[in-house]
Amino acid sequence: MGELVTDKHVKYILSVEKRKDDFESVVMEHLRMNGAYWGLTALDLMGKLDVVDVNEVVSWVMSCQHDSGGFGGNVGHDPHILYTLSAVQVLALFDKMDLIDADKVTNYIVGLQNEDGSFSGDMWGEVDTRFSYIAICCLSIIHRLDKINVEKAVKYIISCKNMDGGFGCTPGGESHAGQIFCCVGALALTGSLDLVNKDLLGWWLCERQVKSGGLNGRPEKLPDVCYSWWVLSSLIMIDRVHWISREKLIKFILDCQDKEKGGISDRPDDAVDVFHTYFGVAGLSLLEYPGLKPIDPAYALPVDVVNRIFFKK
Amino acid sequence: MHGRPRNALKEEDTAALSAKAEKLRSLQSHFLANHHNRIYTKEALEGNAKLLENNPEWHTAWNYRKLAVESFLSDSHSDPETVKSILDEELRVVENALRKNFKSYGAWYHRKWVLSKGHSSIDKELRLLDAFQKADPRNFHAWNYRRFVAALMKRPDEDELKYTEEVIGANFSNYSAWHNRSILLSNLLKRKAEGYFPKENVLEGEFELVHNAIFTDPDDQSGWFYHLWLIDQTVKIDAPLLVSSWPSHGFNITLQGNKCLHGSGLSVINSTLPNTGTLPIILYFNQAVEGVNSSTVNVKSELLSGNLVWKPLSTNNSNNAQVWVAYLDIRNLEVQLSKTYVVEISLGHSKGIVSSSGYDYGHPSRVTFELCIQTAYTEPVEQQEGKSNSWKDDDFQKFDHLQESEPICSADQVTSEIDHIPTTSGRCEEAVVNEINQFRDLLSEIDCKIGKLTLARLLTAVDSLPSSRANNMVNTEEILQLYDDLMRLDPTHYLYYKDEHSLVLLRQITSSRDSLLPYCHYKKNAIEAFAGYVCLRLQNLSLSRMGSIENLLWVQTLDLSHNQLRSIEGLEAMQLLSCLNLSHNKLGSFTALGPLRLLKSLKVLNISYNEIGSHSIDTRRYLCSSPLSHTEEFAWDQFEIFAGSIGISAATFWEPFLIFQSLNLTELDIKGNPVADENFRSFLVKVLPTLKWLDEEDLS
Repeated sequence: MGELVTDKHVKYILSVEKRKDDFESVVMEHLRMNGAYWGLTALDLMGKLDVVDVNEVVSWVMSCQHDSGGFGGNVGHDPHILYTLSAVQVLALFDKMDLIDADKVTNYIVGLQNEDGSFSGDMWGEVDTRFSYIAICCLSIIHRLDKINVEKAVKYIISCKNMDGGFGCTPGGESHAGQIFCCVGALALTGSLDLVNKDLLGWWLCERQVKSGGLNGRPEKLPDVCYSWWVLSSLIMIDRVHWISREKLIKFILDCQDKEKGGISDRPDDAVDVFHTYFGVAGLSLLEYPGLKPIDPAYALPVDVVNRIFFKK
Repeated sequence: MHGRPRNALKEEDTAALSAKAEKLRSLQSHFLANHHNRIYTKEALEGNAKLLENNPEWHTAWNYRKLAVESFLSDSHSDPETVKSILDEELRVVENALRKNFKSYGAWYHRKWVLSKGHSSIDKELRLLDAFQKADPRNFHAWNYRRFVAALMKRPDEDELKYTEEVIGANFSNYSAWHNRSILLSNLLKRKAEGYFPKENVLEGEFELVHNAIFTDPDDQSGWFYHLWLIDQTVKIDAPLLVSSWPSHGFNITLQGNKCLHGSGLSVINSTLPNTGTLPIILYFNQAVEGVNSSTVNVKSELLSGNLVWKPLSTNNSNNAQVWVAYLDIRNLEVQLSKTYVVEISLGHSKGIVSSSGYDYGHPSRVTFELCIQTAYTEPVEQQEGKSNSWKDDDFQKFDHLQESEPICSADQVTSEIDHIPTTSGRCEEAVVNEINQFRDLLSEIDCKIGKLTLARLLTAVDSLPSSRANNMVNTEEILQLYDDLMRLDPTHYLYYKDEHSLVLLRQITSSRDSLLPYCHYKKNAIEAFAGYVCLRLQNLSLSRMGSIENLLWVQTLDLSHNQLRSIEGLEAMQLLSCLNLSHNKLGSFTALGPLRLLKSLKVLNISYNEIGSHSIDTRRYLCSSPLSHTEEFAWDQFEIFAGSIGISAATFWEPFLIFQSLNLTELDIKGNPVADENFRSFLVKVLPTLKWLDEEDLS
């Protein structure tokens, strides 16, 4: 299986940033803000954030902000809570939180909370527990969590809990590892993990590990490197990560590397992309793979960044 | 990119792709220009539709359509034909986009949004869904949309339940269908719909249905979780109940002023008493509850001067907790020495104690114990101790037998004497026994992990049924064997089975006084202050997890050393604990010690030879109250008092500060952890002013 080819992954991430005109980049244009977060966080975990031109990135991020306070996925795109969190996370990575008008961002997010405690993704009203996590995580990073109704937000998330201990998008929705990360993460950030049935959910999550060592996102589905983040971070937050085989998962992620050109794919020998490169590196970080910075399972930011946010006076 | 092979592209493919990219880029820039200028011409909308076919995940492109629709609708003067044609066009665009990407959140939501504008042809939606769901029976977007449409149509749950049966009948390997079935059935059972009450009738048929799936292919997980849910539906008690307490019902306790708390013969030291002069009363429920207070818990005793204040023992500062404590203050009472006082606690007579899922306390319960105070309380005098506490084997002696009066209680005592334990229905037990037989049959044919695991769980469930208390724990040996087998059969999840194994073992050990006896020790040649108290030694049992704490509320000295514990979750309930040995375990962080913060009586702590400081990822971080989870403010004032003098920063020391700052230890052993260097030792001395011994070294 070999080792993590860090240098090649760094090169790959930087090359994606430069290739603006190939088909892949054009298709991804609408979520460039998410892409920036994935790529930059992966670089930081590999200790290479300093190769990036901070001012260039930061001024681009700020140019995606709207008067409403929300951020778009790219310049001129409509604002959405999905990109607002990524923007705030990128600024946190660079220790540029002072550039954020916290009240403005807070107003945007507060305006998206619905009467039942749920959150809409933007003014058009799509509701999803992903947005609950994003709202809570984002406000927590900018120290404004008290501005929303946390109790109702938690209640809504709990109303999406299923018979398997997992969570869905909306009440009645099927459990899915990505959705579970969002709900468990939101509960972690609000000190509400006592409302999770940790043994039941832990069993469901640990059974996501398949024979190849990889993790799938739902029963009887194929493994995928991105679940090395969604499943693993959830297992860590509920302290059940020892229920899976660390060695087997490390091997699976390393097997998904493109060792020549860099980058990590969903499964061995598939095409690589930034999304899976980030989730592979973040997964290895959660598995305490040597040479990587530790990442916080709830804030999805390096631990030193989180400590800086909360323990720097 | 999901599921696309990594092959290098051929030259002609590269050229084709780049042409495609150019075309898409031009569509994108045209669209953005139209969007920013609010141009909603036919041509502009066609371009947008083409763009969405290529990239249905672009929120902004859907938003543009919504704005266009709103503008058209306001111009339509509500003419039904015009409205219909506007909305039909949107449904068509969505359908095309979905055919390209069935998993697009944006496309599915746009469809919902269009329907919310008052579209009437909902029947068409179900037909469309049927086709989509045949093509991909696990698509969760389609299932979500199906629930949305069913609700909009007011389609009866019974009909949808039937649909899941058809889907499962066609192919049982469909977790999504089993999931939806659990949702629908929960609704029907909850509102006691016709034909769905009593639930036992329904569950019987469900068990049969899921057997078909599990027994056909035991390795297919589709039915596993549904089956576990059915077992839970069969045996669980919704209402909160008291499962144990300290003092236990019927106990006689003698207090010797500030010295001892003992039963006759052997005294039991409680350092809570000398230092605070209070006696903890612990209520342990079957699940987390709120609303425990002086109006829901009635305490009658001559010893009581005012109302007791009940506090939740919650490690995340929640008002919801499984264990609650109140402290009976006996310092300023004018008690008659050697007189026996009766304390009677009753709860459940009035409403107010509620579980987190909203159930009221089940049945009235009563706990009565007697208290005798032999000498009056005096201010504690500084104890002169010549040496630190020892946990060496040579210093301990096993008990030959336990006397009736010793304040040791086990599962058979703590639960049986609480009033009105409701017995689950005979049918419930019958159903579990039937399942046990079914899975024994399965295992006689095929050696499979789900068979063994389910059997172990069923046997555990039957042992826990209140009605089977008489022959309680008869299946323990078999359950332990099953988990041993599973550790070999499925090494990937080895520690899951080991954790379960540990829980079963602890249940067995704490089940009766006889089973506890081999683990109860007293100290030989101990110094006077610590003489003759019971030490529960659960060391070297290969425990990876702690459990059965409801049976251990009486313990004051606990030795859990030489196990494989990663967490001590639940230990906060042991309010009498004063000496704790956790050395030689696998505790990986300071946050793992979170429960100790609630143990006000803890004086002696040994956490030597653990893994604190050797892990970069902390698995207890969000299970411990802290500023990260907004459950606690960081005490900057207190931190800064000494942080400057030894040059430490909050970013690196907040975790040990959080834990140790709230402890009152006199002895701490922390050597053998990567974190414990000289710098750290000087931090400990500062943060723990009460400390007299550190790593067996006298600090005075």
